[in-house]
Amino acid sequence: MEDWWTYSLSDFLMFAPRTYYRMLERHNEAVWPGQIISVGMGLGILALLPRPSLRRGAIIAVAMGILWAWIAWSFLWTRYAGISWPMKYIVPLFVVESLLLLWTGIVRRQLSFQLRSDTRGVLGVGLFALAVILYPMMAPIFGRPLQQAEVFGIAPDPTVIATLGLLLLADGGRPWPLLVIPTLWCLITGATLWALQSPETFVTLGAAILGVAAAGSRRSLEPARERAKQG
Amino acid sequence: MEYEALIKRRAMLRALAAGVVLPALAPFSALRQTEVLTRPIPSSGERLPLVGLGTWITFNVGDDVELRNECTAVMQAFFAAGGRLIDSSPMYGSSQSVVGYGLTRLGRPAGLFAADKVWTSSGSHGPQQIEESRRHWGVPSFDLLQVHNLLAWEEHLPTLFEMKARGRLRYVGITTSEGRRHDEVEAIMARQPIDFVQVTYNILDREVEERILPLAQDRKIAVIANRPFRQGALIPMVERHPMPAWASEIGAATWAQFILKFIVSHPGVTCAIPATTQVTHVKENMAAATEPLPDAAMRRRMVAYVENL
Repeated sequence: MEDWWTYSLSDFLMFAPRTYYRMLERHNEAVWPGQIISVGMGLGILALLPRPSLRRGAIIAVAMGILWAWIAWSFLWTRYAGISWPMKYIVPLFVVESLLLLWTGIVRRQLSFQLRSDTRGVLGVGLFALAVILYPMMAPIFGRPLQQAEVFGIAPDPTVIATLGLLLLADGGRPWPLLVIPTLWCLITGATLWALQSPETFVTLGAAILGVAAAGSRRSLEPARERAKQG
Repeated sequence: MEYEALIKRRAMLRALAAGVVLPALAPFSALRQTEVLTRPIPSSGERLPLVGLGTWITFNVGDDVELRNECTAVMQAFFAAGGRLIDSSPMYGSSQSVVGYGLTRLGRPAGLFAADKVWTSSGSHGPQQIEESRRHWGVPSFDLLQVHNLLAWEEHLPTLFEMKARGRLRYVGITTSEGRRHDEVEAIMARQPIDFVQVTYNILDREVEERILPLAQDRKIAVIANRPFRQGALIPMVERHPMPAWASEIGAATWAQFILKFIVSHPGVTCAIPATTQVTHVKENMAAATEPLPDAAMRRRMVAYVENL
């Protein structure tokens, strides 16, 4: 495609807004009551944050790893790829992120998370809470039925934003390898929502940009293992 | 005796047809009161209705049965109004299988002119992709196969010409959109024995009038006009303004008909392929392919009016 610069964003949009939102609705119907479990997992992660330890970090990593793999299969592969063939190439990336979370959290035991009162800490927990608690309400807020809500652990956008929030709360060195795929997804979904002229574009893109920017400006903290010994 | 009985039965059937069946079909016949205009495919003389049906975005609805049935209703209205050519591509997500679903539900309408594309950078993968497309459509063979956006055309055209020679394909073509690679399109039109070329043409995007449409007429190549409404953006742009009073002189009751009549009135255009998800729109589009069509002077007036909006 040597003339790629002649294409606009809307040229890459393969489906109509109604098709996209009905896909979310049909997915919610298909996995119900999975939403209760996934939001419960999100609230459980929130409850684990006040007392950081490598064990709790591993539990959170496992939970998030499972959700990334689940979304790769249940949403991207079996549903979204039906109207957007490029999603077939995104599925492996979600699987890689899942494996990275499991590897970093369980094998290398390098993930622990803690609530902090600095800007990054507040932003991190704010993004996580936005993704788990407020994100499902975006559909009715923007005039769509609740059945079309994007739910943490069920749809990719809130799950990716929650992951960014969590990584802002990560103790120890910068988790760059874990940030790459969520950042890439934010670009993809931001471009899609923009082309769909969705009012959620600015919320989703804004949250993603804040998360990535805050992660990028993060100062090195003391190694996770040493900090975790105190936890 | 038997012969007389046969005559009587035939007369009775005729009377039934006139008295019972025809009134029942009145709504349909009203739809087709004015016959849809056709134009010949230059390489064969076979006539095609001036308006076909595109499937980009609109038919990519995945496995959503409700939306698939809506697409089927669009196809039904399209065929009922005299439409024939449906155009799709393996690049259009689930559109091919949605077309196939609709054709099955409609009992495989006899008038269908199945136009699809080959879209892969690998020439050796072309035949496999074409076979997959054919299965999605559920047709014995395609009427027209086009090299999508000129992708690997040097490798695909020989495959398509061979299929045509073996009677497994009736027409061969190439496509581009939004003015891309027109020099290459012209070179292929000049040197390759293609039957169709698909390009973007509408009342604001008229670059093809300069060279490609005249060349198509010279080389006896049929032209399919894609993106007649600029992927839907053109209608809201013009709808903010009133239609000129003289639009009634060309039988245009809506802006969509105004724009379509402009496109199909060019003698070099064989058919335009608007895409829609709504039955009312497909009826409106098909009605644009009826008399009267604008002449050259009226076409200039139409361009001037739209450009000044």
